Amino acid sequence: MLGFVLRRLGESLLAVWGVVTIVFFVTRILGDPAALLLPIGASAQDIDALRAQLGLDQPLMLQYVQFLVKAVQGDFGTSFQHGRDAMQVVLERLPATATLALTAIALGLVIGGIAGSIAALKRGKTIEFIVMTFALLGQATPVFWLGIMLILFFGVNLGWLPTGGYGTLSHLILPAFTLAVFVSASIARLLRSSMLEILQEDYIRTAKAKGLLRHTVFVWHVARNALIPVVTMTAILTGELLGGSVVTETVFSWPGIGRLIIQAIEAKDFPVIQAGITLIAVIFVLINFLVDLLYGVLDPRIRSAR
Amino acid sequence: MKNLIKDLMRSKAGLIGAILLLLIVFVAVFAPFLDLPDPTRGDLRARLAGPTWDGLFSPGAHPLGTDEVGRDILSRMIHGSRVTLLVATTAVVLGGIVGTALGIWAGYKGGLVDRVLMRLVDIQLAIPLMLLALLVVAALGPSLRNVVLVLALTSWIRYARIIRAQVLSLREREFVQSAHAIGASTMRIMFFHILPNVLTPALVVGTLELARIIIMDSALSFLGLGVQPPTPSWGRMLADGRVYISSAWWTVTFPGLAIVLTVLSVNLFGDWLRDYFDPKTRNKK
Repeated sequence: MLGFVLRRLGESLLAVWGVVTIVFFVTRILGDPAALLLPIGASAQDIDALRAQLGLDQPLMLQYVQFLVKAVQGDFGTSFQHGRDAMQVVLERLPATATLALTAIALGLVIGGIAGSIAALKRGKTIEFIVMTFALLGQATPVFWLGIMLILFFGVNLGWLPTGGYGTLSHLILPAFTLAVFVSASIARLLRSSMLEILQEDYIRTAKAKGLLRHTVFVWHVARNALIPVVTMTAILTGELLGGSVVTETVFSWPGIGRLIIQAIEAKDFPVIQAGITLIAVIFVLINFLVDLLYGVLDPRIRSAR
Repeated sequence: MKNLIKDLMRSKAGLIGAILLLLIVFVAVFAPFLDLPDPTRGDLRARLAGPTWDGLFSPGAHPLGTDEVGRDILSRMIHGSRVTLLVATTAVVLGGIVGTALGIWAGYKGGLVDRVLMRLVDIQLAIPLMLLALLVVAALGPSLRNVVLVLALTSWIRYARIIRAQVLSLREREFVQSAHAIGASTMRIMFFHILPNVLTPALVVGTLELARIIIMDSALSFLGLGVQPPTPSWGRMLADGRVYISSAWWTVTFPGLAIVLTVLSVNLFGDWLRDYFDPKTRNKK
């Protein structure tokens, strides 16, 4: 078990290093931030001076090594736009993104879990058809369009909810629901097919044959085993949403990490782009690492295989 | 092939998806012959005109309304579908070729090649695809070619992982072993023995990827990083129409419906295709 944990840890660190490296070099292609930071018409000397000040005049490989040494210590430099520590600028946006992501995931798991179970247990009934039609539509609807439509309906026409912004619970409802629709559609479809597969297993027939109560079979045999792929999917979705749902945050003017990074890309604010994407990668890798450990708890077969 | 069509006819969902998809592709391909108003030229006297069915067949009718500079929404939607379908299919094919090739190579060779490829996949999975796409498009500049490249870049890993897993089991099969025994070269085995056996899973992944890429392409244009104006695109229409949301609902409603309908039909068709080729579900029929 310890060997497995250490190997996964090593792979995780390698992945983060890879992300940091890729982001470093891609941001260099974005262009010259010095020319963008100075007012139009600045002299070539001024631009050169600023480039020297930002350390952009050094050889690329040297910049990379210096960047790595500092990044390991959590220092991503000073944001060109905000004039403050880049990682701090990013971390300030984390609560907004986390609130939205976790609310959406929780909402999506509840809706998707119930819908998926109903669809699997009521196979061939009208209710299955209705649930699956909604799930298909939910998966085919781009979140940014759904967001706009919800704003149009609940914000503009009915005037019940704010059309965007951040602060109160009423601001959270529309963006969280928008993302939850997509999450629950994916969960419902996955849970249904996973349950249908398990319902045909021999051990389910055995459990029924030995006279266990219906809901005992459902909870301890069907649901527990069907949950394994759902855990994987939830981890992937959580990682994605914590990475800032760029478009949803844009549609609802939600001050999260995704929107911050887009603005940083537009402004060629290298330190913020690098700090932001590194943080997201670390969160993503960490979640996957934890999920791998969780499998062992959920599935005894995986536990003993190690 | 006969069985394939027979099964499609029996599957209601798959059939609906296939018919819708054919219709969408047909309209997109023959758009230039449809006598639509110019999608890029506006009529300022008719800006933000609501949808109307009066005089539907007379010239100058706008059945789905017009946008903020008086361009016909229906015509822009249809011309937008050409761009979206072109970008999405090219990206899916490109990502599919690269991903399948790398998946076969890693799966068959194993060892270092395999380890390096899997770590690359890990790295790319740790960056949210949307952010990766935004960053790369911003770096290379938003052109048709770059958008296709970026979308293909987000796609290759899905093929590579699934194909690799298939090849790992194919590698141990007798026909591959005997080809190796009679002295066939690695290239020959990979190309003539492995490749034909992974084309089906690649096709299934491709169909499902097409749906994801259509949405992503629209999201990129929505954020202003897709194909640039004056070429119409669904995402850009949504972004432009958003400003007029309180007075002109049609500017944001119809382009979005076009995306939903296209993605839905691709998904319906893709689900059927996957079930058809999946031995587990096929045997139940």
